[in-house]
Amino acid sequence: MPNWFGIRTATATRRQALTAGAAGALAVLLPRMVLADEAAVADALKKLYGGKAMAEGRIKLDVPPIAENGLVVPIGVEVESPMTEADYVKAVHVFADGNPLPGVVSYRFTPDCGKAAAATRMRLAQTQNVVCVAEMSNGTLFTAKSNVKVTIGGCGG
Amino acid sequence: MSVQSKPRVRVPATAAKGELIEIKTLISHEMESGQRKDSAGKAIPRKIINKFTAAFDGKVVFEADWQPAISVNPYQSFFYKAQKSGAFTFKWKDDDGSEYTAESKLTVT
Repeated sequence: MPNWFGIRTATATRRQALTAGAAGALAVLLPRMVLADEAAVADALKKLYGGKAMAEGRIKLDVPPIAENGLVVPIGVEVESPMTEADYVKAVHVFADGNPLPGVVSYRFTPDCGKAAAATRMRLAQTQNVVCVAEMSNGTLFTAKSNVKVTIGGCGG
Repeated sequence: MSVQSKPRVRVPATAAKGELIEIKTLISHEMESGQRKDSAGKAIPRKIINKFTAAFDGKVVFEADWQPAISVNPYQSFFYKAQKSGAFTFKWKDDDGSEYTAESKLTVT
């Protein structure tokens, strides 16, 4: 059946052509989107705290390991602290190292909060790390990091 | 598509003294990131709510600086330790200078 064969070959070439076309379109689109990286996050932190040492721990960063929709990714942060006038969490900053801009949100807490915890929703352009830094009232810094896999990016061109 | 931003706030009406309460807020807003382009390839200017402030009886208790990475119709929750009866004032500050406010009362028993 040469005819049958003929159709199959045609389909295969068409598929190849389509795949090649899609890859080409991606290659054209990708370089246009300038994304932040770890260096941009480090820069932002340097501006805030001037390269001060940060310890791991005390922060519970609540982000999903896989986000199906990058447009709405829930993010919760909780920092261990007695939240008294003498010892409380002053500020918390959240960054995303794969977004066009590294900043996500900055919180300022007061002892009146009782608990240094807050939650919101953010946009993530691609699979990336979410970095969180907490500043205590005595000036010490803590950090936490979590990777989020994004299935559909939240950064429509 | 400028829709009037409507804030919604959920605060318990009453709380025991020293009780930790969770406050949940939501406001309708397009949160245009400034990163998108329109069909003609022109950048769509940024228009987001850049600051959320919660005050109790006039004293600021919690603040959030939102960046363009915050989703459309921004949600924000946080905690407050109830000490005395009073009123919360919530404020959202828009890039265009406008301010949206909401108030809720808290009775401490």
